[in-house]
Amino acid sequence: MIRKQDLNRLKNYLWEIPISFHPEMKVPVWIFADEELIEEALDDLSINQAVNVACLPGLVAHVAIMPDVHQGYGMPIGGVMAARIPEGIISPGAVGYDINCGVRVLASKITYQTALPYLGDLANSLYRNCPSGVGTGGSLPLSAAEFDRVCRTGAGWTLAKGYATKEDLERTEEFGCIKGADPDRVSQRAKQRGKNQLGTLGAGNHFLEVDVVEEIFDPEAAAIMGLEPGCLAVQIHCGSRGFGHQICTDYVQDFQKAVIKYGIKLRDRELVCAPFASPEGQAYLGAMKAAANYAFANRQALAYHARRSFQEVFGSQAGAEPLRQIYDIAHNMAKIETHQIEGQKLKVCVHRKGATRAFGPGFAELPVEYRPLGQPVLVPGSMGTESWILLGTKASEELSFGSSCHGAGRVMSRRQAKRSIRGDRLREKLEGEGINIRAGSMPGLAEEAPQAYKNVNRVVETVAKAGIARKVARLRPIAVIKG
Amino acid sequence: MGGSKSNPAKSFEEIEHTADRAYRVRGKNLRELFVRAARGLYSLVEMQLKSETKTVRSIELEAIDPESLLVAWLNELLYLHESEGLGFDRIQIDYLDRTSLKATVQGTSTRKWLEDIKAVTYHNLSIRETESGLEVTLVLDV
Repeated sequence: MIRKQDLNRLKNYLWEIPISFHPEMKVPVWIFADEELIEEALDDLSINQAVNVACLPGLVAHVAIMPDVHQGYGMPIGGVMAARIPEGIISPGAVGYDINCGVRVLASKITYQTALPYLGDLANSLYRNCPSGVGTGGSLPLSAAEFDRVCRTGAGWTLAKGYATKEDLERTEEFGCIKGADPDRVSQRAKQRGKNQLGTLGAGNHFLEVDVVEEIFDPEAAAIMGLEPGCLAVQIHCGSRGFGHQICTDYVQDFQKAVIKYGIKLRDRELVCAPFASPEGQAYLGAMKAAANYAFANRQALAYHARRSFQEVFGSQAGAEPLRQIYDIAHNMAKIETHQIEGQKLKVCVHRKGATRAFGPGFAELPVEYRPLGQPVLVPGSMGTESWILLGTKASEELSFGSSCHGAGRVMSRRQAKRSIRGDRLREKLEGEGINIRAGSMPGLAEEAPQAYKNVNRVVETVAKAGIARKVARLRPIAVIKG
Repeated sequence: MGGSKSNPAKSFEEIEHTADRAYRVRGKNLRELFVRAARGLYSLVEMQLKSETKTVRSIELEAIDPESLLVAWLNELLYLHESEGLGFDRIQIDYLDRTSLKATVQGTSTRKWLEDIKAVTYHNLSIRETESGLEVTLVLDV
């Protein structure tokens, strides 16, 4: 285990594990945390996992660890690393199985007071229209040709099919489509798994939530985004479903040979990687982009279903634009970006695992109205607790490869949560607090109990004080849909 | 369940992991380890099968070493569940060495499968020799 005395305090909210800590470390580890969160981070193996990452070849600057860090497999959840292009590596294990798992937030003009008598109906309608749970059938069946179009064009496919608006795409990371996706680098197995899952939430920690905009911290930014205090918002958290899981499974298996071929030494086999420019590295990149595009289309399909539910329940009160997109972000992805590192502009492959891109004002790949603000950062809390809308900063570009936190971060194992919490009692408690719960599995609900997570407000306070994001609004949940 | 006669309660145990699921499996040899790892996986998701005509599948896999073969084997079972909804209560290993496996599995559609397991990972994966045989800890992404 790593102890607190192994860390250097670089400044408030920023700790370092220097490369002298382990002979194989190539870069230091920087951890964004306050006093309490650093203790929690040292409680499990997350920081040991960060040290394993820091031993990978071709990394630049440091490995950045977000305050919501927790133990994962390979890269810790809440980790960011950047590898030099073309001589660095790309790692399917560091991106993880749920490629482009991410969050979308949509905002409504309907006030909580207007919605209150209909919240049960709204939760029922969302649960019906947005399929969730283990192995659920897809809500948008695809032919083989259409499947490849989804892989290549992502949310663009949903626009062509009438499931999206132009503004939805403008307000999506990468405009909902990463160029260069190559469905030919994807196995038939992955396509088989993904074919019947487009437009589904899945299970685990994925959810759809209805919130109220409870407090605004930056009125000007909130107004530009379309967030109004006291009005409803919808959050969608899910990814590329079985399609992405199988792509990662295939490449983690294949790359076991690649590390031998290229003589790469690993401290954990889950961190398998290949040189970025190698045929193996490029094949994974093409396949990963296909999964990322599938995930953008998946969240768009769920947004379309959520809009249908708002129309069903509120009719004309929902207005011509029942749910306006605020933004859609990825938190498991490898991206090719240019960063200023040690005085040099470098092209790097930034791997974010349970971390959100958080570029500051002036970033060209944002819709015009967002450019003066910076990129929205969407931070869902645990079930039953608050969520946050933040904005990226220039400081995050200097400190964390333009990255910020992605959620609350677990502190309790799923097993312990199920042992100590009963799903039906938890549902009763949350319903008593005015949160409508629609969940397919009571043990699944117990696993996601608020007690199993860190305090999201503390995580957000830390990123704000460390300067890697700034607060715009806080949301309070009123309905949760889960598998 | 068919196959090994050992007490299944002792053949694997779930261990704590903050975000995912992890379990330790013991077996007197590689063959027993592979069968018990499969049963452990099914047990973690509390799999129950339907009462219907049995389906038989042949599985053939190759990998670079025993750990890699074990991951491929368990991911194959996950794939058969996710793509066809199948689970297997009879697991027969027909051939197994350090880099290849042939198995015949028999089962039906699943009636119950509680957890959406994304994949079996390689995290800190190592099949270790112990006094009584072999031991491995597997981490599953959920």
